[in-house]
Amino acid sequence: MVALATPRTLSVTLRVWRQAGPGQPGKFVDYPAKDLSPNMSFLELLDVVNDGLTLQGGEPIAFAHDCREGICGTCSCTINGKPHGPGQGIATCQLYLRTFRDGDVIVVEPFRARAFPVVKDLVTDRTAFDRIQQAGGFITARAGSAPEANALPVPKGDADLAMDAAQCIGCGACVAACKNASAMLFVAAKVSHLGLLPQGQAERDRRVLAMVATMDSLGFGGCSNQYECSAACPKLISHDFIARLNRDYLTASLRATFQPEPAGGGGAG
Amino acid sequence: MQPVVSLFTSSIGRKFLMAATGLVLILFVIGHLVGNLQIFEHPDKINGYAHFLQSLGPALWVARIVLLGCVIIHVWAATVLTLESRRARGGEPYAVKTWLQATFASRYMRWTGYVVLAFICYHLAQFTLGVAQTGTFKANLPPYTMQADYRVLGFTVVRAGAVVQDVRSMVVLGFQNVVVAVFYLIAVGLLSLHLLHGADSLFQTFGWRNARWSRALRAVVTAGCAAYFLGNLAIPGAVLAGVLQPLAPAATQVVGH
Repeated sequence: MVALATPRTLSVTLRVWRQAGPGQPGKFVDYPAKDLSPNMSFLELLDVVNDGLTLQGGEPIAFAHDCREGICGTCSCTINGKPHGPGQGIATCQLYLRTFRDGDVIVVEPFRARAFPVVKDLVTDRTAFDRIQQAGGFITARAGSAPEANALPVPKGDADLAMDAAQCIGCGACVAACKNASAMLFVAAKVSHLGLLPQGQAERDRRVLAMVATMDSLGFGGCSNQYECSAACPKLISHDFIARLNRDYLTASLRATFQPEPAGGGGAG
Repeated sequence: MQPVVSLFTSSIGRKFLMAATGLVLILFVIGHLVGNLQIFEHPDKINGYAHFLQSLGPALWVARIVLLGCVIIHVWAATVLTLESRRARGGEPYAVKTWLQATFASRYMRWTGYVVLAFICYHLAQFTLGVAQTGTFKANLPPYTMQADYRVLGFTVVRAGAVVQDVRSMVVLGFQNVVVAVFYLIAVGLLSLHLLHGADSLFQTFGWRNARWSRALRAVVTAGCAAYFLGNLAIPGAVLAGVLQPLAPAATQVVGH
């Protein structure tokens, strides 16, 4: 019955940010799109508009996409002022046209942050997140055959919480939504997902210190505790992880300072 | 990295400084208000209290320097974080900007902060330094003779018969100026709004907040800020309503006021 309540087709106008390349001036261009299925995803709408543009000999709109099922974190449009568009807990690929009304003008912009420079149109370079991950978002594990599953007991509560944090798909919506372009929610999720598990303990302090230092050096802003990030997160990762990150960071920096100095050498022999 | 250095150089360190100095200042303004509400009791109370604070000597100066240090660090951290955040946001603004769940108070921290800073300057000029409203400054009013002992924690700190400055009349006369009283009301209103986000935020920054009790924390902070505002409203409000009157020019004759 729900399907009957929505119109058979929709017509909207896309007001899209067009930018030829990095550092180039950009501008908004209107693209009317007619007779669309309300059940098409937002990325399919961009496909349809691009088909039309290609047929007319125009330059198609560049946008980032991959899995189209909300798990890869590649799509990155700010739609009507909200990263991934209206709705909660969805990526752009999970946004459907039925969310909009017939005749709507939909403003589509790239995720904006200094650390995410625009590559072209709606595509941004989110390598900064990879750099943060490389600074400490890993554990040093024995390579080889898979270890016995029950060798390391993990309390259920910790496992659940670690999984909540591990849901982060690294899309960057948190940065895009934050007035400070802060990456705290991303870093908090990555630090917590390993820090909550026994496998992550060995490098816990080093991880949080290195990831925060890298985050700062890449030009992300600080946290104003407005929690726009968690509201925009397609995986609804809680800002409680930011509180945990703050606690972890402060204790790690204290511990790092008062750790005894190694004697050097490496022993006799 | 040394924690002292990382406090000043890392984003989380600076947030920690904001929260720690903010906490000191919150505790100060609460204590300051509670002390000042003694104005509704016998004139001995507020005047004895003021004299006691002035008599602390080096301790008073330590407190002043700590508070000034907190204000400086708080403002410095806010400025640096704001500039960094602006830079981080990049050159091209969003064409459409919507707020998702940021509270009203959190969106105007910088503006409420500016007004509070201006207010602190005027407040010190009026009641501590005497460079604003000099005519009603405590040093220029007839002194007050204590009718009874003023006690703190059971110890007599100002004795009956002591001649002290008439702080009560300074406050009442100061707030009889409607413009000053209204500025004061606006400033403490905005300070309460500033604290609404700040007090809630410091728990997040210290890592002492989660979904289990964030609602309760919010309720306590909101009630605390409302009580703080009403307490501050009471003093100039009572002066403007005529409930609080200055002592007669010959202050010592007003026994049993």
